[in-house]
Amino acid sequence: MACGRPSRVAPVPGLGLTLGLTLAWVGLVVVIPLAALAIKPWELGVAGVAQSLAEPRVLSALAVSFGAALAASIINLPLGLLLAWALVRLDFPGRRVLDSVIDLPFALPTAVAGIALTALFAPNGWLGVPLMAAFGWQIAYTRAGIAVALMFVGLPFIVRTVEPVLRDMGKDAEEAAATLGAIRPQTLGRVVLPTLAPALLTGFGLACARAVGEYGSVIFIAGNLPMATEIAPLLIVIRLEQFDYAGAAAVGLAMLCLSFTILLGLNLLQRLVRRGRR
Amino acid sequence: MSAPVRPAHADAPWASALLAGAALLVAIVMLALPLAAVFAEALRRGLPVAIDAIMEEDALAAIRLTLIIAAITVPMNLMGGVAAAWAVAKCEFPGKRLLVTLIELPFSVSPVIAGLIFVLIFGAKGWLGPWLQAHDIQVIFAVPGLVLATVFVTFPFVARTVIPLMQEQGRDEEEAAATLGASGPQTFWRVTLPNVKWALLSGVLLCNARAMGEFGAVSVVSGHIRGETNTMPLHVEILYNEYQFAGAFAVAALLALLGLVTLAAKTLLEHAAGRGAGGAA
Repeated sequence: MACGRPSRVAPVPGLGLTLGLTLAWVGLVVVIPLAALAIKPWELGVAGVAQSLAEPRVLSALAVSFGAALAASIINLPLGLLLAWALVRLDFPGRRVLDSVIDLPFALPTAVAGIALTALFAPNGWLGVPLMAAFGWQIAYTRAGIAVALMFVGLPFIVRTVEPVLRDMGKDAEEAAATLGAIRPQTLGRVVLPTLAPALLTGFGLACARAVGEYGSVIFIAGNLPMATEIAPLLIVIRLEQFDYAGAAAVGLAMLCLSFTILLGLNLLQRLVRRGRR
Repeated sequence: MSAPVRPAHADAPWASALLAGAALLVAIVMLALPLAAVFAEALRRGLPVAIDAIMEEDALAAIRLTLIIAAITVPMNLMGGVAAAWAVAKCEFPGKRLLVTLIELPFSVSPVIAGLIFVLIFGAKGWLGPWLQAHDIQVIFAVPGLVLATVFVTFPFVARTVIPLMQEQGRDEEEAAATLGASGPQTFWRVTLPNVKWALLSGVLLCNARAMGEFGAVSVVSGHIRGETNTMPLHVEILYNEYQFAGAFAVAALLALLGLVTLAAKTLLEHAAGRGAGGAA
């Protein structure tokens, strides 16, 4: 089988080889292992899976993981928008450094981020001391600490999805709005934000998906107290250590299903936003 | 005297300054401070202590293992990624979108789940567990398991950075090469590869950084045997949990340096790619 357009031009060769390699690779590394995740829990039977997931500790861990991921991503929305705006629209000393620093959470190993954030927000840390003195907030070893870690890992997703859209948007629409007599807040609220909304939602979804499954940067700062600050991925690790493979897989499958539901919901919301603008 | 006229769509200078200040503040508190904390904690008891922690036997074993895993993982994913990019960008076949989704899937899967799936297959109570035990082959709690989990987690990096560029460049040049009688490999080495080399390098860098820094996935399949199945990030965890903070942060600082070098190299590559594209245009 050759690829390329059927007539005149010579086809680009190599479809058979590259597609074969790709399918073998994807099949072995991604599809078969994930199939194991989809199949394994049902060894317990439907009732067994339900029972395994209905344990209060599991429900609490899922709630902590998804709650903290949503909270962190919501807080990150304005922060990410601010950073993207600064990168595209503003000119100030240090903008290039800022551009590189944004990707730091992508490049820094999660365990390093985890102990660094814990050191910062610990009761005797650089930020832990002033936050405690000023507001009486303890961040480390609480759910707030989990959210802080998830904010760190999620921030670049929002900046990097909003940034190109903001760049492409140009200033024409804003100029037109201003010419038609809109004051600046009106322009921002009715022209700029609606244009950026789909990208913001995409970034939100990416950040959320990443945050839900995050492990390395969270376990150090979380405190890992069952029913309080225990995240779902940690529960998988604990169940595996007890050789409860099916129970671990059940939690993993539940996490994936919940994540996909959220992404699907965001997708629908995005369509609504787009349609509303037409 | 009125102020100089400012276009109606532009923000007041004080507003711009305020926004820039706020952006810098966010970046410093959320991004720069954690990085600074790593190095500050690592050097708290002096550079010699930090160096001793890195030169210690278990730490060196962890560094060696991390390098071995990256040396196996990155070439494997480079080949798989390039093959996938070629098939997706240069050829037509049904089910392409599904394939792209599958390639990107590892990014949306928790690292812990990435480790879990291989335990489900190769673990003592997994599908192949009894067979592997009968033949005395160790996958989980050994290097093969660490490599598998790392391959899964870093799988999309190369394909994802190269596919968009290859798609953008179309296949005119490849078709021209084929018309002129070039073989597939010739076309790849002389036409396609030079066009995507910077993106490819950038993908390899990111793949490598993640392979060396991966924590969750390898944590599940490692078994944490010191000197044997402990990678650098896992060594950081062990030291930290033993309250050996100076050592933990010293190894962490080494990993952070790796991240910084990756970032710097990526920025340079983007400049090089930008210049290359500008020169070609």
